[in-house]
Amino acid sequence: MSELHDRIKEIIDSEPVVLFMKGTPDFIACGNSARALEALRAAGAPVTVVDILPDPQIRVELSALSGWPTVPQVFIGGELIGGADITEELFESGELERKLGEKLGEGGGAPGQEKVVDLAEGGSPFRIVG
Amino acid sequence: MAIDRLESLLRRAFPNATELFAADRTGTGDHFQVVVTSARFDGLSLVEAHRLVYDALAEPLADGTIHELRIRTRGTQ
Repeated sequence: MSELHDRIKEIIDSEPVVLFMKGTPDFIACGNSARALEALRAAGAPVTVVDILPDPQIRVELSALSGWPTVPQVFIGGELIGGADITEELFESGELERKLGEKLGEGGGAPGQEKVVDLAEGGSPFRIVG
Repeated sequence: MAIDRLESLLRRAFPNATELFAADRTGTGDHFQVVVTSARFDGLSLVEAHRLVYDALAEPLADGTIHELRIRTRGTQ
């Protein structure tokens, strides 16, 4: 297992809500990533964003880990929720908020709180993989 | 990629679908919306249902023929 694989897994397991997307909230590079982020924000989720674009290997490792072939990917409490379509559908049915409450419980992250994790940052090990 | 080919891949995977169609969202043959209603999805979570669609379209997804895919699955119950 690569170091990158371990870091991705660690983020999924430790952050309450993770969105792997193309770009960042300030510079969204894909329509589906925008839709997923929008739905999570609307549900008041504390989103941790990971941009997969800086290193193509991030996406390879992520898909190997989740078994989900496309990006964006949303995880809540370590569980794969799906891509933009599912996240949107779950928001519209109210299921997303229910899931957030159930998985995160009281005090499971302040709503609307958003942060960006840079997986390519400071990590020569992450750049030379593959 | 032509809509016909996309639909035939889906039809092969979901022969008993009661509703099945694909739309080219941008007219460029790489951004698609697919809709499938099938008893195959009964009792499955959306993640499980979408996985079956991804499996059906694994080849064009892997080789980049499909750049963006929107999926809507419904069971029959």
